[in-house]
Amino acid sequence: MTQAGYPEMQGPNCPLPISKREMVVIGHGSGGQLTHELIRDVFQSRLGNPLLNAGNDSALLDLSQALPAGQRLVVSTDAHIVSPLFFPGGDIGRLSVCGTVNDLAMMGAQPRYLTATFIIEEGFLISDLEKIVDSMAAACAEARVQLVAADTKVTEHGKSDGIFISTTGIGWARSTPRIAGDQARPGDAVLVSGPMGNHGIAIAQARGNLGFQSNVVSDTAPLNSLVGQLLAEVPNVHVFRDPTRGGLATTLVEISRQSSVTIELDEKAIPIDPPVRVACELLGLDPLYLANEGKMLVILPAEFAYTALRVLRANPLGNQAAIIGHVTKRPQPQLLLKTTLGTTRVLEMLSGEMLPRIC
Amino acid sequence: MTTLTNANFRSEELTQKLVASIRAITTRPWNIMEICGGQTHAILQYGLDQLLPAGIQLIHGPGCPVCVTSLESIEQALKIARQEDVIFTSFGDMLRVPGAGQDLFSARASGADVRVVYSPMEAVKIAALNSQKKVVFFAVGFETTVPSIAQSVLHAKRNGITNFTILPANVLVPPAMHAILSSPENRVQGFLAAGHVCAVMGYWEYEPIAARYHTPIVVTGFEPVDILNGILMTVQQLEAGMHNVQNAYRRAVTREGNLTAQGIIAQVFEPVDRNWRGIGLIPLSGLGLRPEFQTFDVHEHFELGHETLAESPLCIAGSVLRGVATPHDCPAFGRQCTPGTPLGAPMVSSEGACAAYYRYQRVKA
Repeated sequence: MTQAGYPEMQGPNCPLPISKREMVVIGHGSGGQLTHELIRDVFQSRLGNPLLNAGNDSALLDLSQALPAGQRLVVSTDAHIVSPLFFPGGDIGRLSVCGTVNDLAMMGAQPRYLTATFIIEEGFLISDLEKIVDSMAAACAEARVQLVAADTKVTEHGKSDGIFISTTGIGWARSTPRIAGDQARPGDAVLVSGPMGNHGIAIAQARGNLGFQSNVVSDTAPLNSLVGQLLAEVPNVHVFRDPTRGGLATTLVEISRQSSVTIELDEKAIPIDPPVRVACELLGLDPLYLANEGKMLVILPAEFAYTALRVLRANPLGNQAAIIGHVTKRPQPQLLLKTTLGTTRVLEMLSGEMLPRIC
Repeated sequence: MTTLTNANFRSEELTQKLVASIRAITTRPWNIMEICGGQTHAILQYGLDQLLPAGIQLIHGPGCPVCVTSLESIEQALKIARQEDVIFTSFGDMLRVPGAGQDLFSARASGADVRVVYSPMEAVKIAALNSQKKVVFFAVGFETTVPSIAQSVLHAKRNGITNFTILPANVLVPPAMHAILSSPENRVQGFLAAGHVCAVMGYWEYEPIAARYHTPIVVTGFEPVDILNGILMTVQQLEAGMHNVQNAYRRAVTREGNLTAQGIIAQVFEPVDRNWRGIGLIPLSGLGLRPEFQTFDVHEHFELGHETLAESPLCIAGSVLRGVATPHDCPAFGRQCTPGTPLGAPMVSSEGACAAYYRYQRVKA
């Protein structure tokens, strides 16, 4: 039988084993020759550094010089599944680096080292894997972190979905005063580093769910430079938090409960890009509940709000930063929104999946 | 795009002027029902109820398609979705509506192929791409969703796509208004008619209702200025003892409506009796496929049966949907019943009165 594109072979023949594959196969997860080739050709060539290239079971990190007195080690881990794997403004590789870098940064930490686990479905294109690892390498360079250990597993076709990436990161942060979700205090100002909802709309569009075209691009970005610059000028930050899944509203409800305070937002002040607003109106979505991957909330004493705003706006990642509300004390912790008409309503956490309305 | 972002319909200044006019003419209390869940959502999202004089009470009507779709239809949807060779398609809201036990989300988690579509034409496309599967679309919604559903059936018929069917559950607004106004416990004195429904159907259908029940009906849009304008025109009529049908949504609605859309609806569908969740059977209040389109009715392909099912005994959704009670009257509201664990359908969709109250009014600001 002749396969399209291949010349018909005459007589008996003994094909050579395929040495250069276009797809990930089960053998790539066997720990044998194919695994080594994959590590060398795809991972080390892009993400390589002496710690990763050592090829031992673990990376040995010498922190004796690095960890100054009074600093604490900060650790975070995050698994990344996203559909589609490539979207306007990023891909799962960039997301997997930024997700963990930002989780560390939100504790006021400077991230230093990452590890990554790749769970890859048999049949995944090597060329796609290379693109993903390329963008991880770029994001690591941007965030000034090193990937020091990695693992790859391959599942049978249909047992996973393309590629899942789990990353773990470590960095260090000052131990006091603590920056955490329970530190918001009455009198604090609430700032956001840029417009809300771009990532959520970009993903919905990449899934082909919009039914129309928009030019919204995901905001996926490492925030540690922004955090570092801000802390250098305004050390008095009480809370950093990145409003990822569940969006701004869910994140601030969490903080109001952790800190037992009421947070009052001014709807007019919340930056939302016009295309995001229009997409939300058409689909019946609320931008305050859409995911962001390169934005952060900053809560700090009101007297530092304008200095913080200036520092944030000086960085391209924060050039649309805004003061969006303040923290007060009320009998019960809640998130209130002063609407554009001057009325007030309560914002709740997102419950379940955000669903478009029927009409 | 200008109309979508046009700040005029959300202008604080216009809003304040309208509120002042409403205050100036209101001499006694009035109960006004907004039919449409989209209006309920906007009223609570913008806190418009906080701006009205104390005597004006807004009653949230049954115009949330998710809320009024009968338990039987949802159980049938679940039964169909669980079949091995079926791709079940639906608007997103319906996935979280509890049936007697499960919802479509849990059916999906258990392996059913349930897909959210934004338009019924997507379901027809899925059918064309999966000829070995039976693709079923859950046809819910008011007159607003019907033209596109009719269009999808016509498209499937023209193109010989025989593996596409619908589960018919569409409902009509005018019969529900009759049911509310003729009920002995009715409190509604004026209606804001649903602007999007009227964009399709016009408002000639409402003239006999306004005359028969001596109730003013004002066709109303969805932006704050639209809604306050609709309320102002309704109160003006009530204060003057008038009961006309008026149009406060002229930029989208004419008396005749969209005749092309009405033609497509009449070509494919005909009125049938329908059960409304929480309200009961309303004669000729639903749409079924005409005999020549029967092969597109999922009932022709599956034995679905007609069980009688019981709602949670705690849920007072029926009274809420008829405007006789508010969600705050319900002992389960915010306790056993939340958007995460809804006991009744009005807690599911953001258009549902209970969910809207939960999101915007659970804790009085």
